[in-house]
Amino acid sequence: MTTIFSARRILTMNPSRSEATHVAVRDGRILGVGPLDELTGWGPHTLDTRFAGKVLMPGLVEGHSHVSEGTFWRYLYLGRFDRMDPDGKVWPGAASVEEVVERLQAGDAKLGSSPESLSGWGLDPIYYGARRVTRQDFDKVSTTRAVGVMHASGHIFNVNSRALELAGLLRPGVNHPGVPLGADGLPTGELKGPDAMTLVGKHIGFDREVLANDEPGLRQFARLCVRQGVTTATDLANLLPDDAVAMMTRVTGEPGFPVRIMPFRRFQGITARQAVEHVLALREKSTAMLRLGQIKLFVDGSIQGFSARLRWPGYYNGAPNGLWYTPPESIRDLYRLALEAGVLVHSHTNGDQATEMALDCLEGALLEKPARDHRFTLQHCQLADAAQFRRMKALGMCVNLFPNHHFYWGDQHYETTVGPERAMRMNACATALSTGVPMAIHSDAPVTPLGPLFTAWCAVNRRTASGRTLGSTECIGVADALRTITLGAAYTLRLDGEIGSVEAGKRADFAVLEDDPLEIGAERLKDVRIWGTVQGGRVFAAGDV
Amino acid sequence: MSVAISVTVPVPVPVTVIGGYLGAGKTTLVNHLLRAADGLRLAVLVNDFGALPIDRDLIVGGDGDDGGDTLEISGGCICCSYGSDLMEALLELPRRRPGIDRVLIETSGVALPGMVASAVGLLEAYALDGIVVLADAETVRRQAADAYIGDTITRQLAAADLVILNRCDLVGAMARDETVRWVAGKAPNGRVVPAERCAVPAELVLGLHGGAGGRESNVLRTPGGVAASVLYESLELTLDRAVDVGQMARALTAPGSGVLRAKGCLRDESGRLVILQVVGRRAEITAAPAGATPGTLVVIGLRGQLDRAGVGGAAYLSS
Repeated sequence: MTTIFSARRILTMNPSRSEATHVAVRDGRILGVGPLDELTGWGPHTLDTRFAGKVLMPGLVEGHSHVSEGTFWRYLYLGRFDRMDPDGKVWPGAASVEEVVERLQAGDAKLGSSPESLSGWGLDPIYYGARRVTRQDFDKVSTTRAVGVMHASGHIFNVNSRALELAGLLRPGVNHPGVPLGADGLPTGELKGPDAMTLVGKHIGFDREVLANDEPGLRQFARLCVRQGVTTATDLANLLPDDAVAMMTRVTGEPGFPVRIMPFRRFQGITARQAVEHVLALREKSTAMLRLGQIKLFVDGSIQGFSARLRWPGYYNGAPNGLWYTPPESIRDLYRLALEAGVLVHSHTNGDQATEMALDCLEGALLEKPARDHRFTLQHCQLADAAQFRRMKALGMCVNLFPNHHFYWGDQHYETTVGPERAMRMNACATALSTGVPMAIHSDAPVTPLGPLFTAWCAVNRRTASGRTLGSTECIGVADALRTITLGAAYTLRLDGEIGSVEAGKRADFAVLEDDPLEIGAERLKDVRIWGTVQGGRVFAAGDV
Repeated sequence: MSVAISVTVPVPVPVTVIGGYLGAGKTTLVNHLLRAADGLRLAVLVNDFGALPIDRDLIVGGDGDDGGDTLEISGGCICCSYGSDLMEALLELPRRRPGIDRVLIETSGVALPGMVASAVGLLEAYALDGIVVLADAETVRRQAADAYIGDTITRQLAAADLVILNRCDLVGAMARDETVRWVAGKAPNGRVVPAERCAVPAELVLGLHGGAGGRESNVLRTPGGVAASVLYESLELTLDRAVDVGQMARALTAPGSGVLRAKGCLRDESGRLVILQVVGRRAEITAAPAGATPGTLVVIGLRGQLDRAGVGGAAYLSS
């Protein structure tokens, strides 16, 4: 059974046949791409013209997201910027703390007399000036129901008095850097960092155990993927307990599930050997739609949380250096054992010192266990300089940069965290490409919204929320950006032989667009309208999923 | 010195945070303490079960019911791994294992024990007893100069109440003394205890007689090491009159007092019975439990370094 789709234009990412008008699909794979008369040679077919006025691209690949974005949409969205939910509804950004409170009040009214807590996410008070959000703000929502909102960064909660009380924190004498106190000696309701957050999380609907294995969340995430043209997405990372793997295997195996999920096993709480053994066992359970068998490692924290590890001269505002999340000895152990076993490792490094250490560790591991084509990837890697990109190239590493940061926190990086010069070279996409380091770019959803075309816009324009261009020399062209969100990301996942371009033999994964991203103009790349996807030859209209 | 006064019912479970870089001897110390628990029911929380956290002969069983993150240890002790979620593990512990007398948290090699201690302070069911940081006499100075982990090492030391300078048998006496002085400079709020194979008296970490575990004696034991009396000395003061407990605490935690640990049930000037506990230069004054008998203060320090006259004088002056 062969279907030939006609399209206004097909952007293939295959340089030997960079565009075409038709693509033939059989058994979920691409039989051929080209003019119709070349494809009819494959025998009987059905001509499907529903995309005749649309543009097809390879299905977009999100190389660094978290399935929890699907979970978060069950909470109230309270971010500063407009954001689309899995239903396609665009939630307008909240312009002030007062507006945040009004929305919570509306949410409270909806819950009526039910005693359940009220949860929100996406709060970003840096856009509301120097004013801090306090428990008194949220006490205007309710004094009897726990109210809690996670910040956009994911590293802070703001809660009301009731939530503090339930967590045993509405008392004098609390002494913790993550729990600021008000003039009355009681916590203000801001809770920073995992320790303080864990205490209130379960009282405000953010229970980690629930979030770890969330079937409805996975389904919502998949719907968001269709709306954003994504056909393959990573979950970076997950502890992958057996019950979560069983759930993901079942759900992704359903005939109507529209996105290939690639979870990475978080390296935590076990030895390097145990981690490698775990993912080798998981690899055997991989399916076409669920790709298991890779490891994610955290080297440091985040720049805006001042927990990233920076080289000299450190943070612009003088904050002390950040934290190591894994000792160098363990990193090197993991790298060596993973190289021996052929296991892919992606490493979170935000600060340039963390990047340097990961490079040193891999260099050492490669001396012990030389390996070709390992594709170990540095994730975020936001502050890498040109010399570090040259080392990545020499060591055979890939990079997955985070240009969305420019838009959401670029002004803060410029003014506070790293200062003008380093802010302007952050996420140096042009340097990575010119150095020849295989590159992907990402959203880290739910930290920023899932949407590779928006991420591409960020890499092309490097525009901050206030309109500043953050280092125009690191802007990349639209064609490069489109290649990066397809074949580039696929390469870092070792899937470039299977997805990432439209050519014979690959999976029939397409993003279906109303507008042509090569014609709409660099400034408007983020405004490309997305009709939906084709995944494994199955058609998913964003409006129907 | 810090003096904290709190009155909480029920009595919070004391927590000792054990920090230090990879290879400094945290696991060795924990095993040593489990062997010396002597009836105390200890819960050991470790970052991971990676490289055998507990000697095999101490393990009497695993608990299959909770995913294999708990080991049963002889004497009613347990060991749990907490991964990234120490708070959750602490919140769960009373439900999982009621009646724990003391918690030892073995942090990961790159964790900052001061931050872990702050986190413990958020939980009303627990009270920080002290921060013990292990350092390897042979390598600590080199580690502290490392471009990557140097500041982690010095931040760990800076938070310590007691630094156990381990592996002193691997360096000469001069190098040892020099390293002790260097560590003391990096740990201005703590005291340095030289050791071999972590063989320090268990009481230094687990607390002195009068704790919840009904310990029988104050004879210091250093299993596997030199007889404790060669290395340590203790002082027992009888204080049956009301004392200025704050002043007593200040004297015990003064820079030159040489006090590693002290504990006593005292009657303060308002006639209230309180427990005074000292770990390194940290003092804690809490309301005494019902039925406590006042009058004795036990103090231990390194032999030759305990300022007996100063401590005794302070006891006299403050009473």
